[in-house]
Amino acid sequence: MSAAITADALSKRYRIGELHGAYGTLRDSLAHAGRRFVRREPHARYEEIWAVKDVSFEVREGEVLGIIGRNGAGKSTLLRILTRITTPTSGQAVIAGQVGSLLEVGTGFHPELTGRENVFLNGSVLGMKRREVARKFDEIVEFSGVEAFIDTPVKRYSSGMSVRLAFAVAAYLEPEILLVDEVLAVGDAEFQKRCLGRMEDLSESGRTVLFVSHQMQAVSRLCDRAIQLRSGEIVDEGQAGEVVARYLQSVGGSGSSMAWADPESAPGDGLVRLRSARVVLDDGTTADAVDVRDAVGIEIGFEVLRDDVPVYPKIKVYDRQGEVAFNAMDTSARWREPTPPGEYVSTAWIPANLLNEGLTTVDVGICSIGTSKLVSHAGFRDALSFHVQDPGEGDSARGLYTGQWRGVVRPLLDWTTEER
Amino acid sequence: MPDATASIERMTETELEVRERVLVEEGAPDRTRPAPRLTVIKAAPRWPHLDVVELWHYRELLGRLAWRDVSVRYKQTSIGVAWAVLQPFLTMVVFTLVFGKFANFPSKGVPYPIFTYSALLPWTYFASAVAISGSCLVSNKALVTKVYFPRVLLPLAGVTVPLIDFAVAFTVLVAMMVWFTVWPSLAIVFAPLFVAMALVTALGVGLFLAAVNVRYRDVPYAIPFLMQIWMYLSGVVYAISALPDKWQWLLALNPMTAVISGFQWGVLGTQAPDVGMTLISLASMIAMFSIGLLFFRRSEPRFADMI
Repeated sequence: MSAAITADALSKRYRIGELHGAYGTLRDSLAHAGRRFVRREPHARYEEIWAVKDVSFEVREGEVLGIIGRNGAGKSTLLRILTRITTPTSGQAVIAGQVGSLLEVGTGFHPELTGRENVFLNGSVLGMKRREVARKFDEIVEFSGVEAFIDTPVKRYSSGMSVRLAFAVAAYLEPEILLVDEVLAVGDAEFQKRCLGRMEDLSESGRTVLFVSHQMQAVSRLCDRAIQLRSGEIVDEGQAGEVVARYLQSVGGSGSSMAWADPESAPGDGLVRLRSARVVLDDGTTADAVDVRDAVGIEIGFEVLRDDVPVYPKIKVYDRQGEVAFNAMDTSARWREPTPPGEYVSTAWIPANLLNEGLTTVDVGICSIGTSKLVSHAGFRDALSFHVQDPGEGDSARGLYTGQWRGVVRPLLDWTTEER
Repeated sequence: MPDATASIERMTETELEVRERVLVEEGAPDRTRPAPRLTVIKAAPRWPHLDVVELWHYRELLGRLAWRDVSVRYKQTSIGVAWAVLQPFLTMVVFTLVFGKFANFPSKGVPYPIFTYSALLPWTYFASAVAISGSCLVSNKALVTKVYFPRVLLPLAGVTVPLIDFAVAFTVLVAMMVWFTVWPSLAIVFAPLFVAMALVTALGVGLFLAAVNVRYRDVPYAIPFLMQIWMYLSGVVYAISALPDKWQWLLALNPMTAVISGFQWGVLGTQAPDVGMTLISLASMIAMFSIGLLFFRRSEPRFADMI
């Protein structure tokens, strides 16, 4: 087996200003140059960060490699380097074979052109030859299910239709190496599922696949090996299941409480500031692991600085696969009036027998109600996490069954059964 | 694939090396799979140059991009291709009235309408080529940030597209020549060369502006203004040869002076352009193209991050 991808000390440095895609006007630059000349100011100093640092790995032909890590760990930047959208600052990678990626679905679709014209355009953007597209054209159209509209401009398509057509083109691309970034893949859950399905098909047919995902289950199921990135560096690699397990442990272990000692750096704005957050049980102790049969509290400590609008503490709960389980907000009467300044501690109680087993993560935040949407004043992503466990004593929703139990929630319902 | 033997066929030493090798399996050669392309990804060099081999590999995409722009351009306009004729034709009418009749500008001994229309043809081509290629990166943002292909293809497609308009408007010139009974000389064989010169100049300017546009969004506003001034320095409304000799070399630094007088010489059989001046223009064109290309290629690694 030869190497399909060999990355050797790949690094990418961004200046902070660039990362935010800031583009100035010529006037700003001239004004800045002028000031520098007159006042002898030094050059604008940029803060630099290494989005990817010293990353080396090898993917053998036919292997499926997963890349995991928190948001901002450098996964997407790494993929952008490997797809040659951006160049590394140093290091190099060698790729043997044609590369295709499912993150470019629909790129280059032009609304004025017909479906037929766009299939050819998109095909050549993705690196297919005209003849190749022509040969697969009928299959592509059939797969997309938009036969009747193939000569209609794409601007008249529903968004679902154009995504289906775009995906059909990408699906008939037969790259030797497939790169999938599920975070960037556009579309709904249904579409992402098709991406995963396509990825499975390709890996079964012996293609090399590089898979970036937040869905830990998918990574351990589909990948042979995995690497974990943190702050742009590889911190763990090995057999996929093991890397995922260690990653979940590292994310979950420290996640049951948070405190912002320095109010200046705490998340917040001029109105509200977060102070602390923790996972509590009804006896007031902090917990990493919670029995599925017990209620669990999410406690948020915060400070209101001004008397302005009513603010509401809010939580967003994710299940083990990163799907949003639910949002919840304190809507009790005391929050109808503008909140007086002061320090508060709110606790949201998640009832017993609601969450499914596994790692649960929680975003905490303080928001107010704007005209059309919630205005977040202070918030922290993945602030807390805890494991929900079922001791299996037969009095939870799974009864005496011990196998896999799917679902975002796992309520214990009242069943009535009559014998007729 | 056990024990593949590799032979490196060709190698170019650029930012992204594309080496192709032939893999031969032990025993029967595998004919179903094409030889894999070996791509080397590394940091952008300080002094990049154009990878012609790679451009050739992507030639089909160039055609697609150009074709897309042409078909989109005429799809939603109600009189479609007539725009290509109307724009230079109406400008010609106005110029004829203002400069030909009232100001009595020199026109190399051919009727003023045909003089100015034959200058407007390459000029209109040049101006739209610069406008399209100068904003091509930003207008194709979705492509630039999501897929790799040699970015040079975008400005290249941009200068190809207005050639269609040029060809359409050219038929009107033929009609006018019949009307005014002006016949071309043998020098007509040189006319395409001068059009090519306009293309290369537009590409140089377009490459430069496109790269600047990634950083500064002022470019689309500056282009019409730049083109207006440039037009008056190019001999569209008057014959450059009528200006004092001592300034000729300075005007020749503008490649468009050579393009317009050369094109008129070829098509209308007017006085041949001065060889020395044409060479100055040619050198200036090469300089503009090189600077534009170099600037573009040096900025290229950061396009996707900054756009």
